[in-house]
This record gives sequence, C-alpha cells and structure tokens, in this order.
Amino acid sequence: MGPLVVNEVISENTNLLLAFLIGIGFGLVLESSGFSSSRKLAGVFYGYDTVVLKVFFTAAITAMLGLLFMSLFGWINLDLVYINPAYIPSAIIGGIIMGAGFIIGGYCPGTSFCGASIGKVDALVFIGGLFLGVILFSETYGLWEKLYLAGFKGSPKLSESLGLSDGLLAFGVILAAIGMFYVAEWAEKKFPREEY
Amino acid sequence: METTKKDNSRKYLNPYLGGVLLGLVLIAANYVAGRGLGASGAVKSVIVAATDVVAPAHVEKNAYYNEYKKQHPHPLKNWLVFQMAGVLVGGFLSGALWGRLKIKTEHSPKITSRKRLILAGTGGVLFGIGSQLGRGCTSGSALSGMAVLSLGGFITMAAIFGTAFALAYFFRKNWI
Repeated sequence: MGPLVVNEVISENTNLLLAFLIGIGFGLVLESSGFSSSRKLAGVFYGYDTVVLKVFFTAAITAMLGLLFMSLFGWINLDLVYINPAYIPSAIIGGIIMGAGFIIGGYCPGTSFCGASIGKVDALVFIGGLFLGVILFSETYGLWEKLYLAGFKGSPKLSESLGLSDGLLAFGVILAAIGMFYVAEWAEKKFPREEY
Repeated sequence: METTKKDNSRKYLNPYLGGVLLGLVLIAANYVAGRGLGASGAVKSVIVAATDVVAPAHVEKNAYYNEYKKQHPHPLKNWLVFQMAGVLVGGFLSGALWGRLKIKTEHSPKITSRKRLILAGTGGVLFGIGSQLGRGCTSGSALSGMAVLSLGGFITMAAIFGTAFALAYFFRKNWI
C-alpha cells in the first residue's frame, strides 16, 4: 500500500532512484506539451495559446480523482501523503510575487529547467535569477520572518475548510475546470496568432 | 523542406492528453514518495548545500538555512534534487525526439534579445523570492497542493494566476 517509502515498502535510496525516473516523466510531459517555450506559456494570459491552463487543470483533476479512487480501493493511505501547510498571508503574498515573476519572466521554476534542457538561453537566465532570488530571500530572512510565519492554519484540505466531502469538492473542481476549458477554447479562436 | 522541418519542431502533444499524463506522473510521485512534484525546493537544496561547503559558519548563523539544514542533514540527498535532475533529462529527450534542441533566446519580435534576457532574469528573481515566501512554486505548491486538495495549494494557485492575469495588460508589449 502506498505511499511506498512511508510504509517502508521501498528503501530511501530506491525512493531517490524513482524520484529521478518520475522527474524524467515530468520533463518529458512538460517539454512535449510545449512548456519549454516562454511565448507559449505566456499565451494563456493573452488568450492566444491556453496550453498552460489546459495541461495544468487536466493534470490537477486527473491526480485529484486518481488519488481519491486509489484511496477508496485501499491502494494508498492519503493520511500519510504530504499536505502543504497553510500560512495564509505568506501564501497570498508569495503567490502575488510569483505571478509577477511569471508574466515578466515567462517561465515558472519547473518550466525554466525544461526550457533550459533544450537550449533556451532565456530559460537559463531565468534559472540564474531564481538562484539569486532564493539567496536574496534567505539572506534577508529576518525581514520576512514575521510574514513568513503568520496566519498558520495547520495543513487543512480545502474540503475541510468548506465543510464539504473530498469527493464533492473534487466534483466542483472538475466542473470549474470544464468551464475554464470552454473559455480557453473560445479565447484561442478569438485571439488567434499564427507565429509566436 | 524548411517548412516541414519547422512544422515538426512546433508539434506538441494534445494539451488534454499532456494534462492526463502529467496527472499520472503526479499520482506516481504521491504513490511512491507520499509527496508531489516540485522545482523551487531543489534550487533551495542546492543553495543550502553549496553555502554549507563555502561558508558553513554562515549556515549556522542564518536562521533560514539553519532550519533547513537541521531537517535535511544532507541537502543534496533530496527527493526534489533527484526529480529535477530527471526533468533535465526528460526535457532533453523530448526536445531531441521532436527536433527542438537549439541554443536560442526566444522573444517577441517587438523586443530585443537583450531586453528578453533582462526580463527573464527579473522574473526569475521574483519567482525565487515568492517561492520561498509561499513555500513552493507552481509545481510544488499550486499543482501538487491542489491534487491533494490542500487549502494552501488552492490559495497559491489563485494568487499566482490571478496576479499574472491582472498584470498581463501592462506587460503585453513583451509578448504580443
């Protein structure tokens, strides 16, 4: 039963080997979906190419549903799976800074490594910036500490916060995703671009 | 001939199929390791490991590094570091398969390469800061967080995409 390493089905070293293989799968999917191109990625914010939205939300609902069913079948214990802790103010302000970084830089961290792997110089420079940004944050941690640790709410699920069952929330997210896919398909017809 | 070659380099997977495959990779990560995918965490690991070699006293002194070092005595023997090494290999393989391996600075015809690189570097710095404050980036916090229905994941996702959409108008000349 999963998660394999938590339940000691596999060793810590096997886990790292599998991390490498899972990373290869991650890189293959990102690159073959076009996430190595910043102009394709940025397209979602102007409507001419919405691949980011489609891949991102299809992946989220696939994984969400898959994990819920695997838990139902007794294949994975979701109580042992890492749930990101919720620090509300830093999640919002961190997200705002990242959103600005996305529209200015055209990549996010995962996609920049993907772009760099096929030779995109702008992706490589983005990675340089990424390192600099992490160092800047760490070196000025004292200034951020209060905000970083504020508003801790444990590691709740959105379903718990809303008082819904996991399945009902997942169903709602699927409906929202389908709605967004419609808008995305409409936008690509409305704001087409031949060359980018 | 030139056009056929060009067309092939722009051939991408159907995005919905790509999304399902990415979802399966994310399920595999949770099934194997009990955690999702990530990217910025690997950068942090490498920085802490490097700082620990160059200036170990500094790691002791800096609360942020020190906390991480305490939890991860060997910062490079880290799930995300191995996963990101895989991403480089996987991305390269896909690029080779589709004929997309090329040293190139991609930018809108309306801006110069130099301007594009300055913008890319600036975006990287912002993402570096934001991902530390937000405890994860688009992969680790938004995508992987949403997959396990985490409240934090949904908030980060909304903040990242909401901000990028809100600012898109002001940066349109860099892209369209």
